[in-house]
Amino acid sequence: MEKRAIFSGQTLPYLLLLPQLAITILFFYWPASQAVWQSFLIEDAFGTSTQFVWFENYQSLLGNPEYYKAMSVTALFSTLVTVFSLSIALLLAAMADRQIRGALAFRTLLIWPYAVAPAIAGVLWLFMFQPSLGMVAQLLRRYGVDWNPLLNGNHAMTLVVMAAVWKQVSYNFLFFLAGLAAIPRSVIEAAAIDGARPWRRFWTIVFPLLSPTTFFLLVVNITYVFFETFGIIDAVTQGGPSKETTTLVYKVFSDGRLGGDLGGSAAQSVILLAMVVALTAVQFRYIERKVTY
Amino acid sequence: MVENRRFGDILSYVILTLGVLVLAFPVYLAFVASTWDAATIANGQLPIYPGGRMAENYYRVLFQGTGSSTRQPVGVMMFNSLVMALSIAIGKILISILSAYAIVYYRFPFRMAAFWIIFVTLMLPVEVRIYPTYKVVADLGLLDSYAGLSLPLIASATGTLLFRQFFMTIPDELLEASKIDGAGPYKFFVDTVLPLSMTTIAALFVIQFIYGWNQYLWPLLITTKDNMQTIVIGIKKMITTSDALTEWQLAMTTAVLALLPPVAVVIVMQRLFVRGLVETEK
Repeated sequence: MEKRAIFSGQTLPYLLLLPQLAITILFFYWPASQAVWQSFLIEDAFGTSTQFVWFENYQSLLGNPEYYKAMSVTALFSTLVTVFSLSIALLLAAMADRQIRGALAFRTLLIWPYAVAPAIAGVLWLFMFQPSLGMVAQLLRRYGVDWNPLLNGNHAMTLVVMAAVWKQVSYNFLFFLAGLAAIPRSVIEAAAIDGARPWRRFWTIVFPLLSPTTFFLLVVNITYVFFETFGIIDAVTQGGPSKETTTLVYKVFSDGRLGGDLGGSAAQSVILLAMVVALTAVQFRYIERKVTY
Repeated sequence: MVENRRFGDILSYVILTLGVLVLAFPVYLAFVASTWDAATIANGQLPIYPGGRMAENYYRVLFQGTGSSTRQPVGVMMFNSLVMALSIAIGKILISILSAYAIVYYRFPFRMAAFWIIFVTLMLPVEVRIYPTYKVVADLGLLDSYAGLSLPLIASATGTLLFRQFFMTIPDELLEASKIDGAGPYKFFVDTVLPLSMTTIAALFVIQFIYGWNQYLWPLLITTKDNMQTIVIGIKKMITTSDALTEWQLAMTTAVLALLPPVAVVIVMQRLFVRGLVETEK
């Protein structure tokens, strides 16, 4: 799509673009190309000399069981967060979409957690589940659960998943609500005349018609889990215990900073970058086809 | 609704109310904790209702700081967060509205190239390029500065795409009419485009303010001085690994203070927020 009516002028447009392009190149392209370059280098322990080593960083990464562990942690984490936050949000949206009194008030009361920073969400949940003084942790103990996210990897994972879901439900809820509102009432009424009860109507008509929204949210949620949950993990578990909650992004951070392995960290960044590009490509393919029905 | 079923309505209310309560509980508990003293919490005897230490805790956190772990009063951190969030939101709007104006209303060599250079950055979250970006900022001498906190986060395609999309919906007749009246690019921008864009600008502002306020990884990396910390970083440092030292009542007071501004923005400007969220994700 192009405008018919335009201004003529050859210098002004460049001046208008200059600030954005300058910042983009300085803080996006230059660092990203540095990451690619660094991923082919190995630096000695004192940082005095570097050596070009082709794909050695990638090789040692792919031969490292810890990297596969981070991958499987990320896969588990994303699956759990996506499944739970999407299904809870869909349930709430389906309920709020009914023409009940106070639907708007419920919307307000359900969307605000979006605005809470991931790290703060993590701290709130940590406080409830802190093994010795947390309110919910004490309750769990009373019922015989030996709750300790500091020692037990499954407990730690449960805790970060809960915090991540808590924060993400409101976002998904909002988009599901918009998706539901866009479904024509007449289709639902027609099904009702044919004798379909609410439950059946939901699964045979509403849910399939929501598939574009669901698919869009799926991609957004995976991206969310990959990147934005960094704050939750750093605040709640720091990737522990024994790396049971170290996701790929957390590993980039801890290897580069705490481990000082910049080449390995850069190689991980590049692999992550490829994953994001793949995800985005999937998303754009979908936008073009709009998931037909 | 197609049929009017009492049972269905009651079920909706029950499920929605449950949802609201579960979402609110962690924040309510943090608020309760911010009104008690350290000993009550440390003994694991925190009641479910607020105590009487609210004024004392909030005063101490805001103006005196929390002792050993962060050293700076939270008031300073909130100010830093505010400056960072405002710079990111305003900066982003400023540079992206200008670039979108150039791309939509001009034809010039490398126009599409410029568009793609901006567009591709959609795919590059800070997290995948943290150390190289850190190095750039360090080389520029911007560590521990507001510019270092906000500049690298200002550039992103979201705003440009949003404004481009909106400018495309402005009828060509408006520009033609302005030209007949003798208006140049500056006058057309100020008198026509800017007033029409106000809602889009406001929606983008709400989203970007929340985004900026909630930043975590970036400020964590580039702030080393205590007086440059943002509140989200500050609270993390209050939760020490040895739990005995964590002053939970102060940490929770800080948590409440940290989540209050963005949550208030969402609730007060709900319409703009929803609009911004839906539009920036297109």
